[in-house]
Amino acid sequence: MADLRDDAPITTSKRSDRIIDATENLLEAKGHSLVGRSVTINRPRAELYAYWRDFTKLPSFMDNVERVDVVDDRTSHWVVKAPGGKTAEWDAVITEERPDELIAWASTEGADVPNSGRIDFRDAGDRGTVVTATILYDPPAGFIGKVIAKMFQREPAIQARRDLRRFKQLMETGEIATAARTHKQLKEEIA
Amino acid sequence: MRALTWHGKHDVRVDTVDDPEILNPRDAIIKVTSTAICGSDLHLYDGYIPTMQAGDILGHEFMGEVVETGPKSTLKKGQRVVVPFTIACGSCYHCGKHQYSACDNANPADNQDIAQTLYGQPMSGLFGYSHMTGGYAGGQAEYVRVPFSDVGPIVIPDGIDDDKVLFLSDILPTGWQAAEFAQIEPGDTVAVWGCGPVGLFCVQSAFLMGAERVIAIDHFPRRLELAAKFGAETLNFEESKTYEALMQMTGGIGPDACIDAVGLEAHGLFVDNVWDQIKVSTFTGTDRTHSIRQAIIACRKGGRVSMPAVYGGFVDKFPLGAFMEKGLTLKTGQTHVQHYLPGLLAAIMEGKIDTTFLISHRMALSEAPEGYKIFHDHQNDVTKVVLKPGLDRVAA
Ligand SMILES: NC(=O)c1ccc[n+]([C@@H]2O[C@H](COP(=O)([O-])OP(=O)(O)OC[C@H]3O[C@@H](n4cnc5c(N)ncnc54)[C@H](O)[C@@H]3O)[C@@H](O)[C@H]2O)c1
Ligand SMILES: [Zn+2]
Ligand SMILES: [Zn+2]
Repeated sequence: MADLRDDAPITTSKRSDRIIDATENLLEAKGHSLVGRSVTINRPRAELYAYWRDFTKLPSFMDNVERVDVVDDRTSHWVVKAPGGKTAEWDAVITEERPDELIAWASTEGADVPNSGRIDFRDAGDRGTVVTATILYDPPAGFIGKVIAKMFQREPAIQARRDLRRFKQLMETGEIATAARTHKQLKEEIA
Repeated sequence: MRALTWHGKHDVRVDTVDDPEILNPRDAIIKVTSTAICGSDLHLYDGYIPTMQAGDILGHEFMGEVVETGPKSTLKKGQRVVVPFTIACGSCYHCGKHQYSACDNANPADNQDIAQTLYGQPMSGLFGYSHMTGGYAGGQAEYVRVPFSDVGPIVIPDGIDDDKVLFLSDILPTGWQAAEFAQIEPGDTVAVWGCGPVGLFCVQSAFLMGAERVIAIDHFPRRLELAAKFGAETLNFEESKTYEALMQMTGGIGPDACIDAVGLEAHGLFVDNVWDQIKVSTFTGTDRTHSIRQAIIACRKGGRVSMPAVYGGFVDKFPLGAFMEKGLTLKTGQTHVQHYLPGLLAAIMEGKIDTTFLISHRMALSEAPEGYKIFHDHQNDVTKVVLKPGLDRVAA
């Protein structure tokens, strides 16, 4: 039988063993669940990269990230909302970086949610830039944790999809769309 | 403030809710002076549209006065504006192509999941039309928060009555876009299914675009009469057989373009329609689609089918064979309202398009539940209900 491999992104494969291929792309792999998402943003590559590279700004569109502290040039400390009003924390180290093109990271030992991944920025001609997030992670406390996370919509796959949409909204329109009518409703939405 | 809220099938109420506030830089708050009930609202009223929640504020056809603006709004307090029912950011790829109802950014990120799952890609936000299209509070209220107010609302010059311009918010551009999608050529015969507000604006628009004949189809004599006033030939589907009549009226050719302005709640005792109704009521299908089937079968070979009518889910017995074999073209979609506003406002001001003929009832906002009931139950006489929150203020 001929090799059935195609040109589709590895993160869309139906075969679980292809996670290994994805992992090979990451310099340092942490975690076993794989998420991949792309979004096209009508802004120049350099501008998007610069916004993302300032990690302290990420909570502006990542609803579940409470805070990112920059420790040094390569290290940052992440405080992330977890189900049940708790938080999960870890340190992340940049494993590879190419200006205007790529940011790759991995969490360090002892992370509450071991994770690693890469954000690629690719020119899309008239349409701006394609931003692709590839994330490997271990769901909090195994399978049950994943089910609970899904229920509370803090599941990384759902979160990544929504975060990328919000990043696009912020970069293209200068604001993040909300259907709330009052400040009170808006607060409840983000909480 | 007071607002018309949805609580379930055939249950809408006027409740007191918190006033809207400016939340984003490009927002504006509009004090509503006129707001209409739409055929699309009847789909909500009848419980056909999923992802509604009790307490949702309805209404997507509204206009009013600017009372508050965010720092990035281009509107000024005191201006009168008509607000498009489609919410669009003006800066994404689709907005750049004037495909405003396909805007990438106006639907909040969390709500986009629903439409992405159902349709493959999420569409723009809409006012007062379920959570799939954003969950935005609608305009059948005293005040509305209008996002991206620098892109959507069109400023109305002083001295032009609300009733003349209110329908720029939806049904006039919808009828116009539907006629444009029918790619009418001089000498064409155009058939329009449904003489509701949308169908009637299709009739007017088709003539303005050079159609030689328009055949209007409905079963309500009063609505057919309005179509006749604009020069359409009428076809009452309870009196006459639609397909047979259309074939004879076009010398055996079929209409060059067919417009379905009925939608997912087609009336009539047609075999396929009855079958659809049974399926809808037993939850094995979602839409009643008689009119679009008939439009495809009647349409001449190589003709154009335009479908402004709203469908939400899945259908079967779609005549795909006829569609393919005859080489038809189908164009459809939620209206790209913003694209049409300047041209249509000019046409109204020059007296080329009449909109006021449509309004049969003007009521206070507090009477909105009654307005829904009569628009739903007495379609022959009730052609369009316009709610005026100001009438409550006068009465108070
Ligand atoms: N595409 C858009 O952006 C957009 C915007 C507004 C409205 N709409 C849709 O357009 C459609 C019409 O809106 P409206 O406000 O005119 O609604 P409406 O309910 O007032 O009018 C529909 C008309 O169709 C007639 N009808 C029913 N069954 C028929 C049949 N089998 N053959 C011929 N006529 C039939 C009815 O008698 C009625 O007069 C609705 O589906 C609405 O949701 C779409
Ligand atoms: Zn409408
Ligand atoms: Zn847009």
